[in-house]
Amino acid sequence: MSSLQLDQVSRHLATRARWTWPEYAFWLAALASVFLLPGRHLILTEIAWLALFALSLDLILGYGGIISLGHAAFFGLGSYVAALLGKHAIINEPVLALVVSGAAAAILGFATSFLVLRGSDLTRLMVTLGVALIMREIANQIPQVTGGADGLQGVTIGPVLGQFEFDIFGHVGYAYCLAVLFILFLLARRIVHSPFGMSLRAVKGNPLRSASLGISVNARLVAVYTLGAFYAGVAGALLAQTTSFASLDVFSLERSADLLLVLIIGGPGYLYGGLIGAVAFKLIQDALATFDPQYWQYWIGLLLVMLVLFGRIYGAAIAAIVFLLTFRFPFSFFVCAAIVLLIGSVYGYIRKLIDAVDARVLALSKRVRSAWQMMLQRK
Amino acid sequence: MLTILFDGIAYGMLLFVLACGLAVTLGLMNFVNLAHGAFAMAGGYITLVLVNRAGVPFLAGLPIAFLASAVIGALFERTLYVHVYSKSHLEQVLFTIGLVFMSVAAVDYVMGSQQAFIQVPSALQGRFELFGIGIGRYRLLIIIVCGLLTVALQLILSGTRFGSRLRASVDDARVARGLGINVNGVFALTFAFGSGLAGLGGALGAEILGLDPTFPLKFMVYFLIVVTVGGTSSITGPFFASLLIGIGDVAGKYYVPRFGAFVIYTIMIVLLIVRPQGLFARPAGK
Repeated sequence: MSSLQLDQVSRHLATRARWTWPEYAFWLAALASVFLLPGRHLILTEIAWLALFALSLDLILGYGGIISLGHAAFFGLGSYVAALLGKHAIINEPVLALVVSGAAAAILGFATSFLVLRGSDLTRLMVTLGVALIMREIANQIPQVTGGADGLQGVTIGPVLGQFEFDIFGHVGYAYCLAVLFILFLLARRIVHSPFGMSLRAVKGNPLRSASLGISVNARLVAVYTLGAFYAGVAGALLAQTTSFASLDVFSLERSADLLLVLIIGGPGYLYGGLIGAVAFKLIQDALATFDPQYWQYWIGLLLVMLVLFGRIYGAAIAAIVFLLTFRFPFSFFVCAAIVLLIGSVYGYIRKLIDAVDARVLALSKRVRSAWQMMLQRK
Repeated sequence: MLTILFDGIAYGMLLFVLACGLAVTLGLMNFVNLAHGAFAMAGGYITLVLVNRAGVPFLAGLPIAFLASAVIGALFERTLYVHVYSKSHLEQVLFTIGLVFMSVAAVDYVMGSQQAFIQVPSALQGRFELFGIGIGRYRLLIIIVCGLLTVALQLILSGTRFGSRLRASVDDARVARGLGINVNGVFALTFAFGSGLAGLGGALGAEILGLDPTFPLKFMVYFLIVVTVGGTSSITGPFFASLLIGIGDVAGKYYVPRFGAFVIYTIMIVLLIVRPQGLFARPAGK
């Protein structure tokens, strides 16, 4: 490659790595929420660690292309390590404990990463799931350490950096989680725009071809899997530190499955997907739990089905319509299931309708854009 | 010792009947159906309602469970699953997990979240001694029913025209299509049949495995283990895998109760690393 081309390529990549204004807006809004929404800090804290957890899955799935149904293994390990460090007063300072928990999860991630290098999607699915189940079983079988099925209680967390004590309203907790999320996000953003991140994209796109270009595929996958595990461990530790509690639930399959949903709502492969997905998921969950406190998981399931069938926007819209139509009925679950089957049987027509709407929207946006450019030129 | 072997075989046979539908789904359409356990649960609860509330005899409830689950399976396959075959594995996983969530909540709503039991006739309860082996009557029934089913399945697969079509479709769907076999039709029928078997397994297994709304989540792993370990190219692979896992699980829980669950998961992970195509798989033809 001539130096001119190299120059062009590096300039192009630098442009792509530059911060855009929606990104500034996103983080300004996050910062503003610390001051403007003091009454919602508890749920915002949940959103913050869930976002970090989803970010870790995005690194593995969106950039590494590894389907994982057991990502909770690392989340849970980080959670237990942080809780144990706090309980036995080994490391009282949360930030240091966070790093240690993340490192523990990263070691587990490194060790198990060699298991996911081989095999098809299904094999990976099973292996990751198996690892999470084994971790859960271990935590269940050593109750003298983990508290078993009762969970680990009596965790005391020291003040952050020796300065800020956690309060019951979660103000410090939220600021702390958000700061950790932001720092780790910056790191992740730096990594995916580095040459290493570029090579990951290549590996995801075509492993065989990237191997023949001289990229060592397995080393890249091991590295990103370990990194993802570190992030997940930190997210788990944040949960343990802000709630002063850890239970077997952190390893559950539902957690891994919900996490997939979070990432799919936001969209994998551009880092913000996990963050946006976490906000959307928690808001949806919160709203559903007020409508239907006991069976909200049913409607989450409906959302999953519709998202897969009709894509992100239309799927969510159809799921919302079905939900509003049916949730007041007695036996609403069966009315809803019947409607879902009905929707499935007229799938082809709905698809056509969606395509038509898409075409209209595209034409309209083109017209608006050209009108806008005309205006600019006239000025 | 032999009693454990006997219990293990009964458990393994049950797993086989529950999981063999999934083996075909995965092998034929390369479709990851995590919701397979939901059909088993449907069969179990249908039998429960029939036997406990309507007073239908237990042995008559079993074929009804089979038929009802098969009909439900066919309905879902034709209306919903059919649109997801061409999507990626990730989307298939999300779709079927969504279905699992829905089924869990719906059953919880109707039947309550507590563990449910089907009233088994007294003739099937208790155990007797035979050559020094304690044999549970109910487990004997399971072995007989599942054994007959396995033989029947093997005969259907190897002896009938439908069986040869199915085998051809599993081996290479494209060529089978080219030869004029209606692969989708074969698949729909097989899916319904597999769901029916799962429903029957759910009804039979309620006594041993327990029946509660989280059934599909709890046993999903076991079904997947059977299929991934046994491979999807034949019916004997999953059969031996289920027996292995059934015996391993029962023996593991009996001899080393503290490590009971580890045994299964560890076997699975090791096998998957050593033989990613499954224990009994032939070298892939594709």
